[in-house]
Amino acid sequence: MTNIPETGRTHRVQIRLVILQVLVFSLLLTLGGRLWYLQIRNGQEYSDEAKNNHVQQVVQPAVRGSILDARGVPLADNETRLVVSASRTELMKIKDKGKGVLTRLAGVLDMKPQDVMDKVRLCDSKTPQPCWNGSPYQPIPVTLEATTQQALQIRERPEDFPGITAEPTAVRRYPAPGGANTGQVLGYLSPVTDDEIVKAKNTNSPFLRSDQVGRFGLERTYDKALRGKSGVTRYEVDNLGRVIGQAANDPAVPGANLVTSIDARVQGVAEYELNAAMIEARKQIDRNTGVPYKADAGAIVVLESKTGRVVAMASNPTYDPNVWVGGISGKDYAKLTAKESNVPLMNRAIQGQAAPGSIFKVIPTAAAVNAGYKFDGDYPCPSSYSIGGQVFKNFESQGHGNITLGRALEVSCDTVFYALGHQQWLKDGGLHPVKNPAQIFYKTAHQFGLGAETGVDLPGEEKGRVPDREWKQKFWEANKDQWCKTGKKGGTYVELLSYENCLEGNLMRAGDAVNYSIGQGDTLVTPIQMATIYAAISNGGTLWNPTIGKAIISADGKNVEEIKPKSHGKLPMTEETRSKIGEALEGVATRGTAAWRFGGWPQKEIPMHAKTGTAEVYGKQTTSWFATYTEDYTIVMTISQGGTGSGASGPAVRNVYNALYGLDMAGKQDPKKALLPKPEAELPKVQPDGSIDAPEVRPYVPPSPEESAPPALAGPPAPPAHRQD
Amino acid sequence: MQTANKFSVARYAPQRGPVAKLTARDSVLRRLDWPILLSAFALSALGSLLVWSATRNRTTLNQGDPYYFLLRHAMNTGIGLVLMIGTIALGHRTLRGVVPILYGLSLVLIIAVLTPLGATINGAHAWIVIGGGFSLQPSEFVKITIILGMAMLLAARVDAGDLAHPDHRTVMKALCLAAAPMGIVMLMPDLGSVMVMVVIVLGVLLASGASNRWVAGLLASGAAGAVLIWQLGVLDEYQINRFAAFANPELDPAGVGYNTNQARIAIGSGGLTGSGLFKGSQTTGQFVPEQQTDFVFTVAGEELGFLGAGLILVLLGVVLWRACVIARETTELYGTVVCAGIIAWFAFQAFENIGMTLGIMPVAGLPLPFVSYGGSSMFAVWVAIGLLQSIRVQRPLSA
Repeated sequence: MTNIPETGRTHRVQIRLVILQVLVFSLLLTLGGRLWYLQIRNGQEYSDEAKNNHVQQVVQPAVRGSILDARGVPLADNETRLVVSASRTELMKIKDKGKGVLTRLAGVLDMKPQDVMDKVRLCDSKTPQPCWNGSPYQPIPVTLEATTQQALQIRERPEDFPGITAEPTAVRRYPAPGGANTGQVLGYLSPVTDDEIVKAKNTNSPFLRSDQVGRFGLERTYDKALRGKSGVTRYEVDNLGRVIGQAANDPAVPGANLVTSIDARVQGVAEYELNAAMIEARKQIDRNTGVPYKADAGAIVVLESKTGRVVAMASNPTYDPNVWVGGISGKDYAKLTAKESNVPLMNRAIQGQAAPGSIFKVIPTAAAVNAGYKFDGDYPCPSSYSIGGQVFKNFESQGHGNITLGRALEVSCDTVFYALGHQQWLKDGGLHPVKNPAQIFYKTAHQFGLGAETGVDLPGEEKGRVPDREWKQKFWEANKDQWCKTGKKGGTYVELLSYENCLEGNLMRAGDAVNYSIGQGDTLVTPIQMATIYAAISNGGTLWNPTIGKAIISADGKNVEEIKPKSHGKLPMTEETRSKIGEALEGVATRGTAAWRFGGWPQKEIPMHAKTGTAEVYGKQTTSWFATYTEDYTIVMTISQGGTGSGASGPAVRNVYNALYGLDMAGKQDPKKALLPKPEAELPKVQPDGSIDAPEVRPYVPPSPEESAPPALAGPPAPPAHRQD
Repeated sequence: MQTANKFSVARYAPQRGPVAKLTARDSVLRRLDWPILLSAFALSALGSLLVWSATRNRTTLNQGDPYYFLLRHAMNTGIGLVLMIGTIALGHRTLRGVVPILYGLSLVLIIAVLTPLGATINGAHAWIVIGGGFSLQPSEFVKITIILGMAMLLAARVDAGDLAHPDHRTVMKALCLAAAPMGIVMLMPDLGSVMVMVVIVLGVLLASGASNRWVAGLLASGAAGAVLIWQLGVLDEYQINRFAAFANPELDPAGVGYNTNQARIAIGSGGLTGSGLFKGSQTTGQFVPEQQTDFVFTVAGEELGFLGAGLILVLLGVVLWRACVIARETTELYGTVVCAGIIAWFAFQAFENIGMTLGIMPVAGLPLPFVSYGGSSMFAVWVAIGLLQSIRVQRPLSA
């Protein structure tokens, strides 16, 4: 077979063949190495990319949980509306791209065909609104307000409406049971922002563009629990976006229900009484300014004394939270935030800061005892106190002779506290303080929780202010440039003030210390802080973080996660001091500044404790403060520019107590009328099907003028002549 | 060597029936290189599965029949096998005699492509549509005729014992023989095929024992030619874009970089064992264009993983290794040169094709031998296998 002579196999050719072979196999090795690099070393990265490539998510929104009152009455729930949606994926499969279907749909919905088509088109840089901004795989809502008739027409003829669904869909609602609108406490929802969508994109609960997120109040604090988990259907799509299969499916988990400690009935009473008190205050003439009180804002807080749970919390001016549902209009939003309407969005119970006036006095009392003064010692209560020619009046302008600290609380004697504050100031070194001054009066205020958040489960809480030496220094550093620019020697009062502040605003002056000792000057507190303090005096000294959320109950009622109130400290006083202060506050209600508001109160059965406060605000009318407690409840109320503590706020607080305990003005208790003689201990039951057995709430019927008249026997004590409490 | 001559079976073999002929110890069947045949067949069989997976959902291509490409690929493989058997039967030496005719025929075919008979697919005007869904890519056959033609010229005087190595004149002639069809293919422009042909010419010259100066000179002129082509703007825009996308795939992920990116995602996502045949999301979702032809390797990468894609490399390695063995074992330069040409062809084409899917080579429209869908390519590579087998079968027994 091999006739051909074997020539040609030279050494050169052999070597060349080996070279060829080496070259060939190095190429193959290169490929193998690169293959290993892509598939094994970086494989994960590429599989993730492949996943992003071909999986499209369609999100089914979870039904948001309800916010319930302590007995299960919904304060925020969902109502079902008929929402007609169009599926682009389905429409695009039709030859005319769904034009015919949408035209027919427009006919049924009494809309213009063009409007319907505009609603389901996808947004891009060239498309003006309306257009769909969300995922093209998501059913696009055409209308939120279809009638049953229209929905039936669509659902009965599915062949005429491929890709169109008419489904009942849950929409948020704030029903305000019994008139308890609870607006600022509940908060509101608003559409999710682009940033939030991006952030949540790869989490297991991604946002829909149409999603709503809690922005304020309970809706925000408990947003995660209320929101539940959106269901996600993952579709596999091809390079043209056509669905070629369905991948993993996570069903939606409906949001849990939030049970609050709020009692809708008490809330209704509190809101009504706060508003009524403010209307009444506006009828009173302010003797200082000669014009009626403005009563421009107010707040009331009802706490369970022993736990710090919030039974009612109202802020005025208020608004209807339903304006947020379905997107707030620009006009409504402007109204809610405008200065003329005095920012109804603000929750003044936790965000309203003002000088506390005399309800502050329990703090210097405790501070004085801590500084070594005897509670039952003799303290002179002259009608005025002078320091170097400057006269600080006892606002009642009435001397009481030598009295105990307890009596000083009862009669709210300013001069007793002036002297104590002044002495401590001197002890700290006065204008030129010793190193690390004790500042006992200020330290005690911090220990009472002032100048810090109470930790209430609501967003946006304000801290208030304890104007100690450190604060003075900081405040001066921040403002001195401005003061030195505007200050003028011998100018107007403001100019003069700025001039003085520029020179020595960093120094704690005697006047500052004296003003502070009665809760005036630069002192700022919020109603919730004062309620926390008075509840602590009532409960034996525990400063509770006020809590509204009581439990989170899953939609099927199976999982109950109770929210236990936390404490942020103990009152800095001995049990003896506390009980003595308690006695004094009882005295305020029985024979002191608040006694005229508690005529006929069954003091033996339900011991009432109170402290009134009337705070001066430069350039404004006085702030009315009223802090009270019984064994079970603590109520603090304030009205800005409302007048005196007992005068403006007294009747409202009394009426709330009457409603709680079912009392009339004569002190007769009717257990049937009592809304909540003891704090609600049980949690409402949520049935497996999600329904909640809630009692009916009837609107509050305020007492008639005859009913609210003080009992004849007790006789009305003469109302205080002055604005003192 | 001597014993081989003494006991040359062909000379003394008695007359035998056809079955006996095929089963006898010295039969063609026994002398075939089975590793190369089985590897090549395995590649084609694997290819049919990959082509099937890639086209099952491509309704615009498969005319609604998910088996359309599977059946055609199998049929192409069958025709390829028949062509191989025919080539073995004819023998490479017989073919040597008809090389001028084959050469002339292939020239006519590629010139026909330039006439209105030709069709443009993917930017290259390289096809002749025959009708009935068939089309011919003559440049695939030109690769064979260049190998055969050059081998014939270069080996003639060496095999005759006149020269130890081909002289400059012969080399010159051989280069001219290759240059003519390459020039025409360049006009199509089918740059990928030209690249393969340049490498084939290099391999052929290398194995022929031509002077080092020729090899070096060809390498240099190849590089210079590439620069010249780039500078003169002979390239079409699509070709420049392909190179740009190779240099930076992130440049335009929706445009020219799309192919490269999607191919890399497909292969990368396969991991060690792949997603399983028909289960690759990139493949089912048709994210990789031209996946049944030039990008068929991505199907293997995604659905069969590193093991499956590695198997393709191993099978190609077996084919090339056996081809190298055949090249070394054959005693005549003609066979050696033909082997070398085929090795250069397969190796470079496989490297370029797989390399572009892996992102280490620029995109060029070249099929993966045996695996890619495409009749012309399939036929050409099986004819090449036939040539290798023929060289092996006719080698001296002692080797």
